[in-house]
Formats: sequence, structure tokens, C-alpha cells
Amino acid sequence: MIGTGHLVRLALRRDRILLPVWVLFLVGVTYSTTTALEELYATAESRALLGVTANANSAFLAMLGPLHDWSSLGGLVVWRWGVFSGLFVAIMAMLVVTRHTRAEEEAGRTELIAATVVGRHAPLAAAVIVAGGTSLLIGLLQALALIGKDLAPAGAFAFGLSTASVGLVFTAVSACTAQLSENSRVSNAIAGGFLGVTYLLRAAGDAAGESGPQWLTWFSPIGWTEHVRSFGDNRFWVLLLPLAAFVLLTGVSAYIVTRRDVGLGLLAARLGPPHGTIGSPFGLAWRLQKGSLIGWSVALFAVGVIYGSVAQAVGQMVQDNPALGQIVSKIGGADAMVDAFFATVTQLLGLISSIYLVQAVLRLRSEETSFRAEPILATPVSRWGWVASHAVFALVGGAVVLAAAGLGLGLVYGTQTRDLGAVLPQMLGAALAQLPAAWVIAGVALVLFGLFPQLTGVSWAVVSVALVLTLLGPALQLDQWMIDLSPFTHVPKYPDITFGPLAWLTVVAVLLLAAGFAGFRRRDLST
Amino acid sequence: MTSAISVSGLVKTFGPTRALDDLNLDVHTGEVHGFLGPNGAGKSTAIRVLLGLLRADSGTARLLGGDPWKDTAALHRRLAYVPGDVNLWPNLTGGEVIDLLGRLRGGLNKARRAELLERFELDPRKKGRTYSKGNRQKVALVAALSSDVELLILDEPTSGLDPLMEAVFQDCINDERSRGRTVLLSSHILAEVEALCDRVSIIRGGHIVETGTLADLRHLTRTSISAELAGPPNGLADLAGVHDLVAEGNRVRFEVDSDELDPVLKQLVATGVRTLTSQPPTLEELFLRHYEDAK
Repeated sequence: MIGTGHLVRLALRRDRILLPVWVLFLVGVTYSTTTALEELYATAESRALLGVTANANSAFLAMLGPLHDWSSLGGLVVWRWGVFSGLFVAIMAMLVVTRHTRAEEEAGRTELIAATVVGRHAPLAAAVIVAGGTSLLIGLLQALALIGKDLAPAGAFAFGLSTASVGLVFTAVSACTAQLSENSRVSNAIAGGFLGVTYLLRAAGDAAGESGPQWLTWFSPIGWTEHVRSFGDNRFWVLLLPLAAFVLLTGVSAYIVTRRDVGLGLLAARLGPPHGTIGSPFGLAWRLQKGSLIGWSVALFAVGVIYGSVAQAVGQMVQDNPALGQIVSKIGGADAMVDAFFATVTQLLGLISSIYLVQAVLRLRSEETSFRAEPILATPVSRWGWVASHAVFALVGGAVVLAAAGLGLGLVYGTQTRDLGAVLPQMLGAALAQLPAAWVIAGVALVLFGLFPQLTGVSWAVVSVALVLTLLGPALQLDQWMIDLSPFTHVPKYPDITFGPLAWLTVVAVLLLAAGFAGFRRRDLST
Repeated sequence: MTSAISVSGLVKTFGPTRALDDLNLDVHTGEVHGFLGPNGAGKSTAIRVLLGLLRADSGTARLLGGDPWKDTAALHRRLAYVPGDVNLWPNLTGGEVIDLLGRLRGGLNKARRAELLERFELDPRKKGRTYSKGNRQKVALVAALSSDVELLILDEPTSGLDPLMEAVFQDCINDERSRGRTVLLSSHILAEVEALCDRVSIIRGGHIVETGTLADLRHLTRTSISAELAGPPNGLADLAGVHDLVAEGNRVRFEVDSDELDPVLKQLVATGVRTLTSQPPTLEELFLRHYEDAK
């Protein structure tokens, strides 16, 4: 552990922009969500109405979890923001830990450090301290922000500590996954997959309701934060679960560190074929991108299956609850509820798929900066051909991923309603309708790559902004022109899919892609 | 004599840095041309311009009769390139990378591939991430040398090889020369360039400061001589081309310009020579002189 202090300082120096942005974002959204909800639901009646509808709507239940306590503003904040706050802090922790452990090791920099007076555990300890400390800081500042809005201090701290607890668990999860593979991309993918499962377990448990497998939420670190019941019972003892998970998993990762060589992983590399069959840039791109494409397709198919299986319960719930039935009949009855559910779900799937598309485009940049593009572009492969070989994974691969999601939705819902023939094409259509908007995001990423290569990483900010604007924009009471900036705002809502907006979104995407291609053809390769 | 590469007045800037500053370079068809200079002198930048990976700010570059920026794909069919920093895909084996690069260039010679793997003692079944720096370079070298191309562009290809492999590399380049191929070999290892190259260009600060055959360049250098004479070295100090003369009794040590060697030796013989050691000029000396001048 000697030298941990120095490495913590090194990490803080390297992340001096990144970490403050995360802290500001997570605390800022907490504050602004509270302000917005305070104005939106000023009266007790409006809150009660929200309570009934929110807990009856499976889409809301799956996305945000149940609204336990609508008597207080704090309860509304927990419902609207708690799950996402945990999700974001987990992503932060995951990226920070991998960046300072496996990515450093992969780049060979850990070797430099390990040869100095630094303990074997120091790099891992430093990463855990930075990521865990940032999680706690975010939680603390969130609590203070809520207290600043005159909310009950006990509830505020329960909320803040819940957020921090998810960050701590995923700090420890990533500390473990960083030990498994020699590749930082793989360790992030494993931790990210774990986060996805965490979110889906609680989504399934919450959407199932009391009659279904609600206990699933007890197997999810994000589910634990819901069980804390901040601003309600404030069950602080539930936080012992994430604390135990943190201690256990950090211990496991520290144990693995003593059992392996620097630079290597637990998953050992094997010998491969002495001859190759790849003979084209597309063949190479397929080899590099197929794992991600298959993984995303399977994951989104699974998400589709989960949401598809919940949809019927949405209609059922209306029939079981006369009071709700009255409200719902005003907006078009149970069928309209189901339609609205699918509209929300397909939009969410579209947003998630845009992460895949951007990742597929950014592969170009990582190939370039790691000097692996150079030998390829020194062969007769044209610049255009090389970019196209990867871009096709964003454009066509994006369609595959969304079709997998639509297939999952349609197969399950169609089977349940015994109308597979009609439902399946509808669901495929609704999912694929998101594609042009996702293409626009991919187009922005390609423009950055082609024209402003140093800023390619800003693509992730573009994805985040689209996510926040689309999902939280209305709740944050942003101006319509801001919400309109997200291409997903313009996708026609299921079931009224019209082709006009899809056509012009496609045109925008094509123009952006063309600009990106042209820019790359004219610029220097990064050296 | 035709030129495989001809560059004149090439300028390339990166922000405030002038990486290439009025660069002129001429590589004849069929020769092994040494491109010599220390790190940061502009060797890799010049090569990347020739490969159409970077766009020159001004000046002209012709490669195999074409424009490297405009006719990129057509020209790349006729050349093979080994970068200075070879990075491989972590989960592709060396063999897969060799075959990939070969196929992209339009096919490779299988017998030659097998022979080169043998000579370089490279295991093609290992994954990219498990190769050392030297082995990654071998992968790129095997891929380049087993392609049937007219021009080889090698950017410090031996910086990670051990002395045994360095010898194998030199054999391979001599084979390429006898096949009539043109080689541009960038290096900062003087012994390698002396052993392999027909002609040499020395680059400093993005500008070629010296170019010619090794014999040409030796005219610019000095031979070191130390001798024990039969009598005192009278008149030696007055001869043209003699530098740094140290005389202790009948023993002398001095340096002499290579083109003034004949009159100086006649003078020594006139006095009578007991022992004589002479050290030929090295490229190293030439190199150092150029870089010391710059200071």
C-alpha cells in the first residue's frame, strides 16, 4: 500500500476536469429536479393523483421504480431521480476505476509505477479511494442540496447515502472486473453488463408489483436504494448490504492482485491460428466489432422481452382499479395506456441503442490513436473504405440492435395477446422508427471524428445530453427548443408512426455522415 | 537513372512546430537509401507524407511517378510499409495480421512468408497483446517483406530487434536489393546504414543537410592516423588538411581530411615510418560533426 497517497494525487490531477463535472452534474440535477417537482406538484391533490397513476403505470414502475411516499416533496424526488442518480454514479465509479487500474496497466504505465517504491496494492487502492471518495462526496453534496431545499435532513442523508452506496458497490465491482481481463474495454464491458443486470432486476421486480417476483429488487444494488425508503421510513440499516458488498468485493480484488502478474489478467491468453482469413477492411472491422454487436443485440433483446412481458399487466391493472380506470378512460382507456407504455419503452430503447452506435463510430478514433489505422491506410485501402468499414456497424448494426429489441417486445407481447402476426411487425416498426434519430447521433460522432478529431470524446457528452433532454427535459421544465435539440424528441410516438419526421431525420444523418467522411478524407492522420 | 521517390521543397508544420522545413529527397530506383537522423528530426513525418497519411503544406512529392496524396490507393498497391511503432490488434494473432496486410496489398508470397517466419524465429500463433516490441516489429517486417512490391518504406524497423535478428534483417534487405527493389530505410543506427545503404540522406530539423553515396560522404570526413616515425615530424603541421596534431618525440597523432591523404602520407614516408595505424572515417563521425555544428 506504500505510495497510495502519491497515486491518489496523480489520479486527481489527471481527472481534475472529469470528476468535478460528474459531481456538478449529479448534484445539480438533484437540485433542479427538486425545484421542478416542487412547482409541478404544488398541491396535495396533484401529488396524490401522481401517486395513483405512477404506481399503476408499469412503464414508470420499470423505468423509475414505485412512488412510495407522495405526501412529501422528498418522496417525489426519490421516485423521479433516485434510480437514475444511482445508475449515473455507478457509471462514474466504473469508468474511474478502470481508467486508473486496467487501462494504465494495458498502456504499460503501471510497469513504470510498479518499479518505483509503490506497494503491489497501491494502484488498486488509489483507484478505489478516488472513485469511492467521489461517490461519497456526491452523496454528501446531494444531501446538502436537498436540505438546502428545506427537505427533512434524515431523508436527505438517506437519499445521498443511497446514491453513494451504488457508487461504492460499483467501485468494488470494477476493481474485480479490472483483474479479470488484460483489456480495459473488456473489464468495462463486464462491469457495464453487471450494471445492466442490476437495473433490469429491479425494473422487472418493480414492474411485476406485489403479485409478481418483487423480491428480485433485493438482488440489485439499485433496488437496495429503493428499500431504504428515503423521506419515508429512512431505513438506514438497508445500507449495510451495499457496505458489505463493497468490503467483500474489494477484498476479492485485492486477493486477485496478489495472485497475478502485472499486465496479465486472470483470463489467460491462448494461442490462435497461424494463418488468417481476414482479407478486407470490412473483415477486420467485423472481427473487431462483432463481439460488441452480438452482446448489444442479446442485451436489447432481453430488455425487449422484459418490457414486453410487463405490457399486458399495464392493461390488466386498469381493469382491476376502478378509480384508475376512470382517469385512464379520459385519456383513451386501457389500450391507450398500453400504447403510451410502448411509446415510452421504444424511446428508451432508441436512446440506449445510440450508445451502441456512438461506440461503433468511436472505434475509428481508437484505431487511429493506437496507430493501428496507420498500417491499414498504408495499404491500397482508401480512407473512405476504412471509415465505411466501421461506420456500417453504426448504421446497419444499429438497425440489428433495435430490431432485436423490437423482436423481444413483439414476441412476448404478441404471444401473450395471441396476436403475434399483428403485434410483431408493429413492435419491430416502433423500435426501428428510433433508428434515424440514433443515426443523427452517430452522424454527430462521425463529424467530430472527421473534422475535430481531438474532440471525438465529446460524442459521449452528446449522448448524455440527448438522454437528459429526452428523459428528464419535461420534468426539469426545460424550454421546448432545448428539448427539441434531441433528435429523439422528433421521432413519432407509437402507434402513430409517420414517415415525414423519419425521412428528414435520415436526411440530417446522411448530411452529417457525408461531412464526417469528407472531413476525414482531407485531414492528417493523428500521429 | 529514374527516381522512386523525389521530394522537393516539402514543408509540414504542426501548429508552431516546423516538422519539415524545405525538405529535398531523391531515392533512385533499385537502391537501398538510408534516411538518417536522430529522434524528432522529421524522418517519420516525411515518410507519412510520402504515404499520403499527412498532407504537406507546400512543396512537391512524387512517389513511383504518382502523387502520394491523390493517388494513394494505386500507389499503396506497389509498396509496403513498416511503421516505427508497430501496434497490433490485441486479439488477432501475428499470422492473422501478416495475412491481413498481405491480402490488403493484393496477395503475398506464401513460400517467402514461411521462410521469413523461420528466419525471424517468429511464432505466428500468438495474440497481438502477448508480443514484445521486437516481435511486433517482426510481424510487420514479415508482412512487408513477403509482399511482392516495388518499394519498401521502413521506419526504424530494427529498433526493437536483438543483434542476431538485426543480422537476419540485414540479410533480408540484401536479398531485396538483389531482387531489384527500392528500399527507403530510416534509421538512427549508423552501423546498420553503413552496412546496407547505397546512398544516404542525413536529416536535421526537417531539412536534408547531406546526401550522397557513402564514398561521397567519406570525402567530407577525416581519417585518424597515429604513427611512430624514424625522425621528428618536421613540416607535417604545415601541410593542408592536417588537424589536431599531437607530437611527442617521434610519435604523432593527427586527423587528416580524406582528400588530402596522399600528400600527407608521402611526407610521412619521406621521414620514415616504423608503425602506422589508421582509422577509416565513420558515418558516426560525420553525423556528430553535423549535429555539433548545429549547436
